[in-house]
Amino acid sequence: MKKHSTLMTTPFWRDKRVIPLLLQAIFAMIVILIGTIFLLNAVESMRQIGISFGYDFLSKMAQFDIGDKIVSFSSTDTYGKAFFVGILNTIRVAFIGIIFATILGFIVGVARLSNNWLARSVASVYVEVFRNTPLLVQIFIWFYAVFLSFPTIEKSLNSFGLFFFSNRGTVIPWFELTSSSFVWFLFLIAGLILSVIVWKIKLNQQVETGQNKYPFFWSIGSFISSLAIAWLITFELPLLLSIPEIVGRGFVGGYTIGPGFCALLVALVMYTASYIAEIVRGGILAVSKGQVEAAKALGLKSSTILRLIILPQAIRIIIPPLTSQYLNLIKNSSLAAAVAYPEIFGVGITILSQTGKSVEVISIVILVYLSMSLLTSLLMNIFNKYSQLVER
Amino acid sequence: MDKNKLLTKKPQKSPYHPSTGTLDWLKKNLFSSWLNTILTFVFATIITFIGIGSVKWIFLTANWHVISANFRLLIVGQYPIAELWRVWICLTLVSFLIGLSWGLWKGTMGHLTIAVTSMYFIVGCLPFILMETRIWLLINIAVIGATYAVGKKWSKLKKSTLIGWFLMFPITIFLLNGFGVLNHVGSNLWGGFLLTLLIAIVAIVFSFPIGLLLALGRRSKLPIVRWFSIGYIELIRGVPLITILFVAQLMLPLFLGNGIDIDNVFRAMVGFTLFTAAYLAENIRGGLQSIPRGQFEAAEALGLNTTIKMTFIILPQALRAVIPAMVGSFIGIFKDTSLVAIVGLTDLLGMGKNIISNPEFLGTQMEVFIFVALVFLIFCNLMSYASRRIEQSLGVGKR
Amino acid sequence: MRRRLIALLSFLLVFSVVLAGCSEKEAKVTKSRLEVIKERGKVVGGVNADIPGFGYVESDGSYSGMDVDITKAIAAAVFGDATAVEFRPLSAEERFIAVQTGEVDVLARNTTLTTSRDASVGLAFAPVTFYDGQGMIVRKDSGIESLEDLEGARISVESGTTTELNLADQMRKLGISYEPVVFDSQDAAVAAYEQGSVDAYTTDRSALVSRRTTLSVPDDHVILSEVISKEPLAPSVKDGDSKWQGVVTWTVYTLIQAEEYGITQDNVDTFLDSEDPEIRRFLGVEGDLGEQLGLPKDFAVQVIKAVGNYGEVYNRHLGPDTIFDLERGLNSLWTEGGLHYSPPFR
Repeated sequence: MKKHSTLMTTPFWRDKRVIPLLLQAIFAMIVILIGTIFLLNAVESMRQIGISFGYDFLSKMAQFDIGDKIVSFSSTDTYGKAFFVGILNTIRVAFIGIIFATILGFIVGVARLSNNWLARSVASVYVEVFRNTPLLVQIFIWFYAVFLSFPTIEKSLNSFGLFFFSNRGTVIPWFELTSSSFVWFLFLIAGLILSVIVWKIKLNQQVETGQNKYPFFWSIGSFISSLAIAWLITFELPLLLSIPEIVGRGFVGGYTIGPGFCALLVALVMYTASYIAEIVRGGILAVSKGQVEAAKALGLKSSTILRLIILPQAIRIIIPPLTSQYLNLIKNSSLAAAVAYPEIFGVGITILSQTGKSVEVISIVILVYLSMSLLTSLLMNIFNKYSQLVER
Repeated sequence: MDKNKLLTKKPQKSPYHPSTGTLDWLKKNLFSSWLNTILTFVFATIITFIGIGSVKWIFLTANWHVISANFRLLIVGQYPIAELWRVWICLTLVSFLIGLSWGLWKGTMGHLTIAVTSMYFIVGCLPFILMETRIWLLINIAVIGATYAVGKKWSKLKKSTLIGWFLMFPITIFLLNGFGVLNHVGSNLWGGFLLTLLIAIVAIVFSFPIGLLLALGRRSKLPIVRWFSIGYIELIRGVPLITILFVAQLMLPLFLGNGIDIDNVFRAMVGFTLFTAAYLAENIRGGLQSIPRGQFEAAEALGLNTTIKMTFIILPQALRAVIPAMVGSFIGIFKDTSLVAIVGLTDLLGMGKNIISNPEFLGTQMEVFIFVALVFLIFCNLMSYASRRIEQSLGVGKR
Repeated sequence: MRRRLIALLSFLLVFSVVLAGCSEKEAKVTKSRLEVIKERGKVVGGVNADIPGFGYVESDGSYSGMDVDITKAIAAAVFGDATAVEFRPLSAEERFIAVQTGEVDVLARNTTLTTSRDASVGLAFAPVTFYDGQGMIVRKDSGIESLEDLEGARISVESGTTTELNLADQMRKLGISYEPVVFDSQDAAVAAYEQGSVDAYTTDRSALVSRRTTLSVPDDHVILSEVISKEPLAPSVKDGDSKWQGVVTWTVYTLIQAEEYGITQDNVDTFLDSEDPEIRRFLGVEGDLGEQLGLPKDFAVQVIKAVGNYGEVYNRHLGPDTIFDLERGLNSLWTEGGLHYSPPFR
């Protein structure tokens, strides 16, 4: 193609400025046209069936109950609130899942590089098995094979009378707030800030003078002393321990985790951790050997090498793929309907079948997932920027 | 567990340490320090515990009759028995191509072929398999052997074999459906593992061109095209696959209007294709980004226009770079096909769920789900093995 | 450049032609589903795949159950061939959309007839094929004897069903707090109950009876005597198509009427020479009832030959010879104290 200067003689369809515009206009036209056809069809079919479009059903009474929930919900509450309960449940399983999957993933990733043959093999078999079977099948297996075949409540296993394992849920001791919880909380925060400041000061002194000023003990000391003040003020413990008991058909006290939630959480954690392990392994391997050797030559301790040399460099490589695993975990939590855990998708499907408002319900569900994904990527991007800046 | 020790142990190992016996090996790999010894015992206990439990379950508790009685349902679903020969012919054609490719390319192909052949063999040896099935499997093994010899001799067949692989897809669809030439077998009768494979293959084949266009669109200089591509990719990637399947199942008929009647298997395939395309587009975009600017500039300096530059200079390099990532996506898609069970299709998992509700086989969830998991495990492992080999032979992983 | 422009223009041309084709297709939508079915050559029926006795998959891959037979009867009425039918297993959640969008011609998936489903979900119901009521199954040793004893219990239920709503209603009425455990398939809900993860399982009583027989020790479980709600199960079609609805409706009545006349699968041919004008009209020997419905003249004969009368269908799947051995009760003919009653064929 020869370069033409845009003279008046150039026909408009060869004009370098017109062609892109024309192409885009055509593209936009096609997209809009297809969109309109779809929309018109949808409106027409819905008219034929006799269902109306609108979000006013959200304020109507839901008429169904939700089992596993954080906030109170009863059948007299609205569909809107049902959605809210679902969203909270999704956040709950995603949040806890992300934390545990990260921990397990890091452990397995490191274990795959261990020089212990058994640890290495177990870790790689684990990764191969869990990466190569569908998550949905794993959820079913966890639910039916593990959590439903726990003993019934009458024969429930308990350890030290604190933890109960039964097929209607696992119960753990939990805390109850007391009147002085708030004061304790304030002092806890203050103590944390104080200990960080003390640590920094002492560390600076150590660097300047060259003598060991024990920054670690100083910071711990200041933290404990702030808690001691809290105790002197309130003369009460911050939280009461609520220990579960079996009363009749159910548990009283403690915190009950339903078998559906357990199955979903364990499956999500095990599945995602197998991916995170590979990411972590890749990240650590990508840190060049010379770095570690150089650090050793400087006489650094092995814990210091991991903390200051390997991890900061590995993290930079790890974070972007880790983010997409977190996003996957959030999205995969939508498989909960199979094990009776009412998260946003499960609740949405129930509402959809009770009201017949398919377009509206699906659009809400999509919106919720999109905003959750966006929020997570945003947080991880901030973290990513932070870790990159530290490096340079 | 102390991560630091584990990590830093590695470089400490002396570079030259010939192992002389089992005892040495044990000492080096299992008991090199007190920490390692503890680890070894912990893992050994766990493995023994799990091992004994599973052996007990597999040989004593489990009722494998549910699998043997429903084996055909799990593999080909409700495909009519009288027409099963069509499925067998498809399989034989695949075996034909596999054998030929083995002879032509050897290497990785050989490992895969051996895996496939041993799978045929193992299935053929299962006690509950019909005689007819055994004969077909035997034919398949023979075909692989024969075509291997052919492929080894005539190395000129490479091109036609490749074409054969590409033609395999339409031929399979034609044979399975019949399209009026043979008896029509509707897609509602395709089920079990056959359906799992078909959905995965359709999604992979059709999502590739769409993904390519989206990737190019995302890097296009035209803002409307670019924004459309970004919007599409991010929307699809931001929501779970199951919502897309629901949209495809429930809302596609609404959007298409009453005149167009497409069945639910096809709708699931559409959903999967649209879903895979977005992920594939991101893979390809990664490949495009890895191409140095110099390549673009050199092509432009030669006066090549955009189409030629893309087709002959940029894409071949970009696609080569992303083959491992794409295979990774394909494995993901293959696993994700199990989600169609939720929207009521009878793929391998869906069929398993149906079988469990048969009053004769109630309470056999574990056996069925373990079987399903095992099938996926075998195939995904084969695929990831192949992808690792390809990665090595292309040398892309080394960059 | 010019070549590209030509390519573009031709693409636009093709595109507009395709569009024109689409809009033309839309123009002739309004014909009855019956015509569509006749052109297609088979009936598409939405059924259940996980309720023993009503709809499930046999080991040979075929569907079996009472709802399945109703669908087969409809195919026999239209085509004279009970195999001219395609089954779509549907979950509770997707069943209505499948009807609304025309994916299935008829929904025979133990669906309760309710006002809102008739009015706002866009369904049109055929006559009831099974009178049911919601019940609750519990363990004998649990000490639960009535709904009031369920305080604090975990109760499993299938999502997207009237059962789920009735449970919430009933418990609200009684002021009992409980924890619903909502599954997406009946099978999962029963599995959770059998393992003891939940205290009770609630669904239609017929399903409870059939499910109870398949539990490992049926005698350990008892169905509470209280009936929580009325659950008339009926096939349904898309609203606004009276012709197709008529076909489904009168196929169901054919089954009931045949039982009333005592016509069975085996003896239907002997009735063809019957002197009784009512029976002659019913079987299409005289009159044109079939044609009025848009069906072959002898559609009733075909239906009976394919699946038998209502009693035969019932006994085949739920009767004394099956593991369920479910009492006819309300599902007897009106002449025997039940509720099944067919309007006259004339």
